[in-house]
Amino acid sequence: MTQSMRLAYVPLVDAAPLIVAHEIGFAAEEGLNLELQRAQSWAQVRDLLGAGAVDAAHMLVPMPVAQALGLGPDFPPFDVLMFLSQGGQAITISPRLAARMQQLGHAFSFDDPVAAGAALLTATGGTLRFGVPFPFSTHALMVRHWLAACGFGEGVSVHTVPPPMMSDALGAGEVDAFCVGEPWNSVAVEAGAGVLLLPGNTIWAAAPEKALVMCQDRAERDPGATGALMRALWRAARWLDLPENRGTAAELLAREPHLDLPPAMTEHALLGRFVAGPSGGMREAPQFVRFHKGAANFPWKSVAAIFADQIARQHGLVAASVIPKAMARFRTDLYRQHLRSAGADLPGASSKVEGAMRHATAVASEKGQMILPADAFFDGWQFDPDFAAR
Amino acid sequence: MRLSIIVVEKDQDRALRIVDGLREAGDHDIKVIAESAGLARHIAERKPDIVLIDAGDPSRDVLEELALASGPMDRPVAMFVDRSDGSMTRAAIEAGVSAYVVDGLQTERIKPILDAAIARFHMFQKMRMELAATKAALEDRKIIDRAKTILMKARGIDEEAAYALLRKTAMDQKRKVADIAQQLVMAAGLLT
Repeated sequence: MTQSMRLAYVPLVDAAPLIVAHEIGFAAEEGLNLELQRAQSWAQVRDLLGAGAVDAAHMLVPMPVAQALGLGPDFPPFDVLMFLSQGGQAITISPRLAARMQQLGHAFSFDDPVAAGAALLTATGGTLRFGVPFPFSTHALMVRHWLAACGFGEGVSVHTVPPPMMSDALGAGEVDAFCVGEPWNSVAVEAGAGVLLLPGNTIWAAAPEKALVMCQDRAERDPGATGALMRALWRAARWLDLPENRGTAAELLAREPHLDLPPAMTEHALLGRFVAGPSGGMREAPQFVRFHKGAANFPWKSVAAIFADQIARQHGLVAASVIPKAMARFRTDLYRQHLRSAGADLPGASSKVEGAMRHATAVASEKGQMILPADAFFDGWQFDPDFAAR
Repeated sequence: MRLSIIVVEKDQDRALRIVDGLREAGDHDIKVIAESAGLARHIAERKPDIVLIDAGDPSRDVLEELALASGPMDRPVAMFVDRSDGSMTRAAIEAGVSAYVVDGLQTERIKPILDAAIARFHMFQKMRMELAATKAALEDRKIIDRAKTILMKARGIDEEAAYALLRKTAMDQKRKVADIAQQLVMAAGLLT
């Protein structure tokens, strides 16, 4: 028997697991018919899920954290069942700013956030308006952390700019730079409105980006459907991380009714090869977006803690008292329960020190050992959830 | 007291219809913002009591930031969904309209305005669905015409007989004529 599930998503390259699960048949294999509903804003995704108009959603990882902290509308509790992607963001600056940095001798090497940050500080004198897609986003944390570590202070202002408007906002001089998921960096470069500065994974090597989110009640009430959806998306994510599938995925995503863009716009992120600016030079960004490898789907509770800590500071809440609430929403228990049978190797711990791995590292797992990829911040910052929650 | 309402809508025709609807809900000061550039600045300047926006408008996320950023010196803004009964929230979400309301405004003052907005947005949805149905009907007719041409050539029959054949097949299989036509066109494509 086929069961229908309604899923809301925002048209971005990292919505790929949903689209692939539907188009390649991983959902059908689990007896699911996915009804994908394209939304134009994160607020809309949240409202559709909160009002029960969809069963599950593709969402920015920090959004359910913010809800656990009592920020935003009063909806039933949202649970994170799994991560859908790591990375996939990039930083783009205005051509004017790029020209100034070039005059100052910046090499635009695409892999050096220290040099890029220093050049940006000199070129702007510390005054910078930065666009991010949503107040609660991985982008907001990365940008704030990177700029602060590079010596920026009070002169930085971070603004919410909807992704489809990023290119125009940069072109119109409303912001000087932005950090957003693909394809919107490529769209700005194509329009001549922006120059790529850095891929997000040079700042935070394994930045969790999107999650599969369901209302707690819905996720627990029908474990059969919840497990089927998680397995379908997990297999779609595994398919997406096989290099030979990336080209097909780029074409699938680009089609109407999904992203509805020229395939070149989705290829950049999936193949990790970018056009950097109007002059056309190509830049390699290895491992730009990861969907599956290195336990990328495991919803580490420490990730809930790192975002809760940051959001608490910004909104005048006591981090130690809200961190446990956020961690409870990241359902490592459901992940273990539903994905063990699909063959997922499961880490022995549900939480880790974020940013502690400079290199790929073997850790204890249910099957013995598994390799986790580097998760370091560029400046060596580490976040210990046990310490922060005290 | 009159309320200050901002409607964010770039389609002029839709904006006019929303404003008309709101006028019926009482005498209020209604302004339309059509430009999404500088939206935050415009709203901060006008200090409205209520902002109404299409739930699917990407600019909504800018309003989310405004709603959060309200410090002790600003007029706090709450999302409508925060403050009222669940059925009203659901009706608004289903109709596709979002409301951001200044904190402290009583529900009985908001309700008539929201009701009027919900009614208008329902109307837009209906129009959108009708337009989609018209488009689909046009597509159906195109594909049926192509199937008829294929049948006329292949079987040497006239147009009327070709259509009769399509219709009979559809009835026998309990399916739509357009579906049968679609299959025929696809099969013919494979054969040539």
